Amino acid sequence: MRRLWRRSKTATVGLVLTALLFVSAAAAPLLAPHAPEAVPRDLVRASLQPPSPRHPLGTDLLGRDVLSRVIYGARISLLVGFGAELVAVVLGVAVGMLAGYAGGWTDALLMRLTDTFLAFPSLVLAIAMMAAFQQPGLLNVVVVLSLLGWTGIARVMRAQTLVVMGRDFVQSAQAAGAGTLRILLRYVLPNCLAPLMVAATIGIAGNILAEAGLSFLGIGVSPPTPSWGLMLAQGRSELTTHPWVTIFPGLAIMLTVLGLNLLGDGLRDLLDPQLRR
Amino acid sequence: MNDAATPARPSSAGASAEESAPLLAVEELRKHFPLRGGIFSKTLGYVYAVDGVSFTVRRGETLGLVGESGCGKTTTGRVILRLIEPTGGRVLFEGTDVFGLGKKEMRALRRDMQIIFQDPYASLNPRMTVGSIVGEPLAIHRLAKGRAREERVAELLLKVGLRPEHMKRYPHEFSGGQRQRIGIARAVALHPKLIIGDEPVSALDVSIQAQVINLLAALQEEFGLSYLIIAHNLSVVRQMCDRIAVMYLGKIVELGSGENVAHDPKHPYTEALLSAVPIPDPTYKKKRLILSGDVPSPINPPSGCYFHPRCPHKRDDCAVEAPALRDLGNGHLVACHYPLNEPGGSTPKSELLA
Repeated sequence: MRRLWRRSKTATVGLVLTALLFVSAAAAPLLAPHAPEAVPRDLVRASLQPPSPRHPLGTDLLGRDVLSRVIYGARISLLVGFGAELVAVVLGVAVGMLAGYAGGWTDALLMRLTDTFLAFPSLVLAIAMMAAFQQPGLLNVVVVLSLLGWTGIARVMRAQTLVVMGRDFVQSAQAAGAGTLRILLRYVLPNCLAPLMVAATIGIAGNILAEAGLSFLGIGVSPPTPSWGLMLAQGRSELTTHPWVTIFPGLAIMLTVLGLNLLGDGLRDLLDPQLRR
Repeated sequence: MNDAATPARPSSAGASAEESAPLLAVEELRKHFPLRGGIFSKTLGYVYAVDGVSFTVRRGETLGLVGESGCGKTTTGRVILRLIEPTGGRVLFEGTDVFGLGKKEMRALRRDMQIIFQDPYASLNPRMTVGSIVGEPLAIHRLAKGRAREERVAELLLKVGLRPEHMKRYPHEFSGGQRQRIGIARAVALHPKLIIGDEPVSALDVSIQAQVINLLAALQEEFGLSYLIIAHNLSVVRQMCDRIAVMYLGKIVELGSGENVAHDPKHPYTEALLSAVPIPDPTYKKKRLILSGDVPSPINPPSGCYFHPRCPHKRDDCAVEAPALRDLGNGHLVACHYPLNEPGGSTPKSELLA
């Protein structure tokens, strides 16, 4: 850790924030003082309580503990962020590597497809796709975000594939009689990992932000699931009178996205030999 | 040793007839790279990287292919192995037309033809262990697996002067010379008949160069290998090769036994190359023959003899008519209208040859 700190402060801060996200997601039942979806019976007295020893971050309109909901919210963010990115990486790697390897018409076709996806404003496209599903829900959000997220990965992979294909060791594999699949999986892919990891990390941050946005608009995760975006939306009407309902989930989103972006940037610096000192 | 690990050689029918036939015959090989430009990728012209090259490599022989950077020697090597697809010409390996082979047959043929690369830092996959780098050809051709493969790899590493413990390490943990040995071990893993060495020692320190040259010679002895050594350094080639071919701008300008080419060059370009070889004697002052100008562009080669703009012996017709490669006797071929030290030819300019 100390060595990492010396080499990249950015990466260290990013790693700590990301680790925090993981810990709160994994240990949510242990960390959260209350059940995230429990609505107390005495609603009138429990509703919109300011922070107190019993509710360190206060309660929301339905009297639910904001701290517990923020902690459990990490699970949703992680699930959506990583889940959607995983699918996006698989899709993007396949498309990008194939385009870079095959070249010619295949390349042109796949890249124009990618450009088409990129040409739409992603939020509008996400709203349209969610509308097509006709119901909000966690799984649908993951599907929509992975369908939007693969384009960036595909571009990174194509560029990197072109670079790696020009290296002598690929010709050495061809001379040894290696087939296409072996060259792609054993030579090209492992040598694309560094930029891929950077792109994926930043993609995860984007997914978390997008999920929050969709949930805020009411077409993402459905209540009573403790999603940060949803919490923002629900607290909006009381923002001026009871700010804690919105401030803390907002802070959680900010720190998580900041952490992942710092981690991505840090990884880029660490993995790029030209920037290495 | 495991039997399955020894690549079985197809028994050659009519061995006596094939004995005399060359292992590799390159006939009128051409590779023109199209130059594209503009919005519509119009072909604007061609780079005549290899333009009608013919030579043979005999069994057990080492043929050197020398020339300046950009003369097409590397392309020649890679086209022979079909790492780059040819534009024209034929390559016969043991009588088989290499360019006519399907995917499967080509893969089978790759067991017999291997390559050693110039840059040992670029030619090894940094994400693979030395064990998998050397053992991969065996895996691809399903010649050995598991422990048997590991034993073969250990044996190969010992052969090239590395230790079996090195198997678990990654290429970046080795020096340039060691890496080149790893590349050599990978090339000989399949017991090929021909190895194309693309500047196999150019990237190494001089002290390491000698070691690697000796290693290549020892392996040739042991496996009965034939080499095609591509190099720009004539002293390296002179040391290693039975015959030498000199290339200039995509064509062979001189080809003959190492003795003849090195001591009695017939082409003015060879003379200039030889004159550039340093002589390790501080008291020896030789008159260097230094070529002026650069290699002409292979996109738009000069008229007549490609060498005439830089040739110290040029005469009027050199700019008009391209000389054909012709035999001056005892297999010494030259493409020059006025070969050196020949009746009606030119007189050498560098002292070394006088």
